[in-house]
Amino acid sequence: MDEMLLEIKHLKSYFYTRKGVAPAVDDVSLQVPKGKIVGIVGESGCGKSMTAKSVMDLLKYPGRVADGEILLEGRDLTKLSAKEKRKVRGEDISMIFQEPMTSLNPVIKVGKQVREAILIHQKMDKAEAKKRVIEVFRQVGISEPEKRYECYPHELSGGLRQRVMIAMAMVCRPKLMIADEPTTALDVTIEAQILKLMKNLCDTTGMSCLLISHNLGVIAQMCDYVYVMYAGKIVEQGDVFTLFDHPQHPYTKGLLASIIHLDELPDRLSTIPGVVPNLMHLPEGCAFCGRCSEAMECCKTKKPELHDLGDGHAIRCFLPAEREAAHE
Amino acid sequence: MKKREHLENTAEQEALAAQLGESDTFIDKMKRMAADNKLAVFSAFVILIFLLLAIFAPLLTPYSFDEQDLLSRLAAPSSKHLFGTDELGRDVLTRLLYGARVSLAVGIIPTIASMVIGVLLGMISGYVGGIVDSVIMRLADVVLSFPSLLLAMVIMYTLGDGITSIFIALAITSWAGVARVIRSETLTLREAEYVEAARSMGVKDFTIILRHVFPNCIPSLIVLFTLDVPSAILSESALSFLGIGVQLPNSSWGLMVNMGRTYLYNAPWLSLVPSAAIMLVVLAFNFLGDGLRDVLDPHLKNS
Repeated sequence: MDEMLLEIKHLKSYFYTRKGVAPAVDDVSLQVPKGKIVGIVGESGCGKSMTAKSVMDLLKYPGRVADGEILLEGRDLTKLSAKEKRKVRGEDISMIFQEPMTSLNPVIKVGKQVREAILIHQKMDKAEAKKRVIEVFRQVGISEPEKRYECYPHELSGGLRQRVMIAMAMVCRPKLMIADEPTTALDVTIEAQILKLMKNLCDTTGMSCLLISHNLGVIAQMCDYVYVMYAGKIVEQGDVFTLFDHPQHPYTKGLLASIIHLDELPDRLSTIPGVVPNLMHLPEGCAFCGRCSEAMECCKTKKPELHDLGDGHAIRCFLPAEREAAHE
Repeated sequence: MKKREHLENTAEQEALAAQLGESDTFIDKMKRMAADNKLAVFSAFVILIFLLLAIFAPLLTPYSFDEQDLLSRLAAPSSKHLFGTDELGRDVLTRLLYGARVSLAVGIIPTIASMVIGVLLGMISGYVGGIVDSVIMRLADVVLSFPSLLLAMVIMYTLGDGITSIFIALAITSWAGVARVIRSETLTLREAEYVEAARSMGVKDFTIILRHVFPNCIPSLIVLFTLDVPSAILSESALSFLGIGVQLPNSSWGLMVNMGRTYLYNAPWLSLVPSAAIMLVVLAFNFLGDGLRDVLDPHLKNS
């Protein structure tokens, strides 16, 4: 068993709106081992980003962590003071955002913005910090780092800006990098470069990464372990090979079936019918029940628990239990 | 220009950037305004000239602002007195130049003061939100719900005459508008991804406001400044015209218009000259403000 860097236990992040409570993250437990890349995959609005933001304590009002523990090397982040949290952010955990276009302040030179990140956490004079920034720029594959240091964000391409964001996240040598759909806004060739870069960085620095994506291809390529989320809950988890070779949950199967393979173009594209249910009015039973091709009678009334299939592979579904019952 | 070094085919890139509605630097925008809007450039010159006239007033005229020449009262404009003399034989041009000091100071100083108050309260209001926001904004509503001249008059009566009282009165009546604009800017900027990114790096709230929110408010502030200065100048003129602003023997444009009112038929230059000066400066600030807004306001970029 690997040593765990981040352990999230029974995390519940709720949004307390006037119309009622929306459980954006509902009893999520996940683990990120040291030096591994862990992926969270799911549709829009399933709680992926909210899980990440809970870890960073970036939830916006009226959302907050209602219950659960977020352990970073055994230290519970939810119980830290505001000052201690700020120290953890950036120094131990850093985050890369979806939109490299808007994640940099348009009126400050990019080099200065990255330098700022060092100066917050480390005692270093400005010249030293600049050297470090240029070193990291080189590390993340920014050509002519001295020149780019003096650039404003609008003078850089999307790919370069995302590299700057990665540099900013890397510069304090964090233990964990959370990447929230880091390549969604980039075109495919740049996406491949950025992913390769991130994987290299994790391999060479021993940093762990929590990668959030709706793109199964990205997840398959990058991750060691995968969590599939649906309506605020984890519906399937396992290592990347098991999960992609033998998906068990009907939702994961549906997701995998909707990937288009160029060599076998079907007449109709496969989809999962329906939409994600409203978090305010979740069905009484399994949240996926209404869209599930294998729904049974019990799915409508009872909420399934995580069913362990061995080797860390688990699904939140009644099917395996039913099958076992049928065998006996 | 550093930008030029990095980009090849600058013209092409710029055209592309303009198409995409991407932001260019402040200096680029100023250059664009200079090229597109001659009126704004001219206005800037007018303001500059008035500023210089005000600063060097004692050097530019042989008379003193309260020097009376009772033998040549209400003299028509001549080579000796370019804009004539008033009812006590004081040189109108001299009083105009000294009045420019008051009018421009009254235009600029209370505006800066109200901006400082407005920016502070607006940013606190927008960034903190909740009850603090409600309290500050209701206070602003109260200030805005008074006719500003009336409020200024009340303050002037309370504090007594004098230029400092004018500064305070005008600052108190005009901070609320600034606070509202800055609050709404802050509300947008607070949600910006780079603010969230900064928070994810462990940056303190105060630093975020100072480094990320405030600099992005500056374009709005410049525009607000050029729009608030003329209104402050007009308010001072109105207060002085009503007799509760600047007092004799000191000079201000509003006061000059008021004093000349009695002789409008015999010596029209007494009121017309300061009125023209007020009009010129106010129009110059407004045109400059319009020009700046056209290039700085992102909402107008595509029109």
